[in-house]
Amino acid sequence: MTDATGPMVAADGRPLKASLNRALRRQKMRALLLISPLLFFIMITFIIPIGQMLFRSVENQIVGDVLPTTVVALDAWSVKSGEAPGEEVFFALTQDLVLAAERKEHTRLGSRLNYEDPGISSLFRKSGRNVEVMGEGYAKQFDALDERWAETNTFSEILADPEWLADAAQVETAADMDRFEVNEDAATYLPRTVAAYTSFANYMIADKGKDPAKSKPWNTLHLALFEDLRAAPEITIASAYGDMLRTAAAAVPTFETETLSASFAKIDKDWLDPDVWSTIKRYSPSYTNGYFLNAIDMEKTVDGPAWRPEDQQIYLTLFWRTLLMSMTITISCILLGYPVAWLLANLPARTANLLMILVLLPFWTSLLVRTSAWKILLQQQGVINDIVVWLGLVADDNRLALINNATGTIIAMTHILLPFMILPLYSVMKTIPPTYLRAAKSLGATNWTAFWRVYFPQSVPGIGAGSILVFILSIGYYITPEIVGGTKGVFISNRIAYHISSSLNWGLAAALGTILLAVVMLLYWAYDRIVGIDNVKLGG
Amino acid sequence: MASVVYNGTVPTPSLTGFTMPVTAAMGAFFGLIAGQSTGLGALLGIVVGAIAGAAIAFVLVTMVSYKVGRWSAIGVIGIIGLLTGGTIGLVVGLIAGALLGWCAYWLHLGGYRKSLPPYATSGQVLWHNTFKFICGLIFFFLIAPIITIIPLSFNAQDFFTFTPEMLALDPAGYSLKHYQDFFTNDDWLRPMKNSLIIAPFATIISVSLGTLAAIGLSQSHVPFRRGIMAILISPMIVPLIISATGMFFFYSQMGLWMEDNFGISKSLSGYIKVILAHAALGIPFVIITVTATLVGFDNSLTRAAANMGATPTVTFFRVQMPLILPGVISGALFAFITSFDEVVVVLFVGAAAQKTLPWQMFTGLREQISPTILAVATILVIFSIILLATVEVLRRRSERLRGMSPT
Repeated sequence: MTDATGPMVAADGRPLKASLNRALRRQKMRALLLISPLLFFIMITFIIPIGQMLFRSVENQIVGDVLPTTVVALDAWSVKSGEAPGEEVFFALTQDLVLAAERKEHTRLGSRLNYEDPGISSLFRKSGRNVEVMGEGYAKQFDALDERWAETNTFSEILADPEWLADAAQVETAADMDRFEVNEDAATYLPRTVAAYTSFANYMIADKGKDPAKSKPWNTLHLALFEDLRAAPEITIASAYGDMLRTAAAAVPTFETETLSASFAKIDKDWLDPDVWSTIKRYSPSYTNGYFLNAIDMEKTVDGPAWRPEDQQIYLTLFWRTLLMSMTITISCILLGYPVAWLLANLPARTANLLMILVLLPFWTSLLVRTSAWKILLQQQGVINDIVVWLGLVADDNRLALINNATGTIIAMTHILLPFMILPLYSVMKTIPPTYLRAAKSLGATNWTAFWRVYFPQSVPGIGAGSILVFILSIGYYITPEIVGGTKGVFISNRIAYHISSSLNWGLAAALGTILLAVVMLLYWAYDRIVGIDNVKLGG
Repeated sequence: MASVVYNGTVPTPSLTGFTMPVTAAMGAFFGLIAGQSTGLGALLGIVVGAIAGAAIAFVLVTMVSYKVGRWSAIGVIGIIGLLTGGTIGLVVGLIAGALLGWCAYWLHLGGYRKSLPPYATSGQVLWHNTFKFICGLIFFFLIAPIITIIPLSFNAQDFFTFTPEMLALDPAGYSLKHYQDFFTNDDWLRPMKNSLIIAPFATIISVSLGTLAAIGLSQSHVPFRRGIMAILISPMIVPLIISATGMFFFYSQMGLWMEDNFGISKSLSGYIKVILAHAALGIPFVIITVTATLVGFDNSLTRAAANMGATPTVTFFRVQMPLILPGVISGALFAFITSFDEVVVVLFVGAAAQKTLPWQMFTGLREQISPTILAVATILVIFSIILLATVEVLRRRSERLRGMSPT
């Protein structure tokens, strides 16, 4: 670029290289600017939703969110011990469950765990109803000890940070209060009570919009207080409440106690079952592979992933059936599409265009119309059965079962997807010169050899493109199998839809969808390799 | 094969050894139908049909000229059909007469090997015609289901098959009552209205954004072209059930967010959700068709326009747009039909207030199947014929336009 007079320059005096680079950069920017609105739109309306679905297939925060302290307390326990965890865990469960029951979250958690261990849902529902009476005995005994324990503001006076209390007194409505702040001293000698009261106070402020100091404390607070005082802490509070606390601490050893595990067992004896606890513990992390294991007929057990019992395995069968039926449909499409594409590519243009209408009309006709046509034709009392009975091929009481089984799905879907095979095949065959075939024959090849050795290899790209297109489309089909497939002719997509709309096991639906998406992406990659995504043609 | 046309004379095949037996086989086929439907029994029908077929071939070939022969075969067999089977017998008879007459002459005059070179062996001739016959059957398979539902939609009964009255072509067997139901029943009119609201809006969004992006993509230097293309095409590749699952989670949150922050009603947010979802699904079709049109676009035209002082906007609307308009419109039709025909996503994203026509058909097919579906299906078939014709016309126009533009 350089010569004796220096670098080559453009008209405006800049070096030509820089000027060209600038022009190129501007061109790139302009292209991106034109694309960006759509890219943004697709990102928001399509890519993010798909990403969120992928995330949902591993997301499992509900256990940790609803039972935060129980999950921590369970760390030390192992199902290998063969018995239910100790009082400490039941104490944590009581504290978590009473808040969850107030927020109505325990039923959601119950349904979540029910997918893994049927029966847990009712366990949580029952316990949520009854957990509020736990610790009631302690509340009464504290009240009997000193009347002030029955007042609603006692707990906040003892446990709250004085500054927070002063601020709280200023606000107009309770909903405007700040989050509860604890008294650091109290936190050292009454740790459990402080934790329990914090969640109580924050729930009252944020969820109910009530002043915690004016709300009746939950019985579980007394339970926590009893547990704290039993440890005989050194109470350093200066106010009048100090004596009250010390009196209580002195009286606690004489209290009539309540065994929490026994109380829970009274609600439902399943609480003493180590398997229930093991399920909770297994599903306590925020992310789980449990949904994916379920999606391939496995389950999480204590000893790691294991196969489900034979009679509960459905998904692998369903995946296998989806693949097998998609393959059958693809092969039927090749067998039916190849001759037609060949005919269309070799007929004179005028006739070919006319016959093309017969291919394009189904392509443009509503999917629902074609599916309903097949539903009507294939019925037991439908047109096809009527004709074969009329022709005497089949007895009237022995009509063909063409619908609500795999046959129905394959017939209807072959019809629906056939244009997607014919069109790419046609566009490839159109480019194969007919002279090759004649040349082969003139050199002595038989018809079959000429076709198989000369014509067919050239049409393989068309078969590849059509097959992948048909396979991708059929593997994710939902509508047609749902209507004509019955129970034996449904695909994995029908199961996904079932989990979304009926069983509400969204995580499993997302996991099944993710697996299906992975298969399709693999095929898409192959399609891009073979055909190139830019070369997709629509409607000939 | 088809490109070699032999225009000389074809040797006349043997009458008794070829034309008569083949026509007899065809006659046997019609005899089977006649025997079954009149109750004479299949065997008798086949025998009588075969004899009749052979006789027709003999008479037509040896005694009468082509035109007279064809018409007399149609007339005679039609009258026999009328006498034995009434109106439907007449129709079947006319068809059988036409086909048998055609068959006899087609064989005798060598029509069956007209498009083959004279040196083709009889095996090749047989294969050639069998192949055509198979292709005919496949075309029949493609089109028959769609055609069958059209007469069924005029059924006077609530059946999904042809009633005896319909087969007898009795006017009492036909009625427009399913159409009447469609145009008066709110269960169908409301979905129709919803479809006609959702599809155009979705189309407008996909076409405007899609065309801009396609123009951007067709520039000569686009960074990450492959990746961007893959993202933009993905709504077409990802199975609908997966798109629907993903959208189900995301759009319900988005709907709540819109209701809380913009104070729009639940119904409006429902429409917005479905429209956005359908627009996303329609975009790949717009991108593909418009990019395909832009491949042949001559960029020197825009430079020429700029040279003459046109601003980029004027260039776009006065020069580029008219040339790519056919592609844009056919992309729009694809986007429209995608939305108009879509059911999985709307089933998951929409609420009952956004029920579209395909959704209503889907519930109809799955739960209480009503014959009104046939009337709706017929209307949609006619609709798709119109769409197909439009796209074809546009495609030809686009090819002509591009052929005209200097390259």
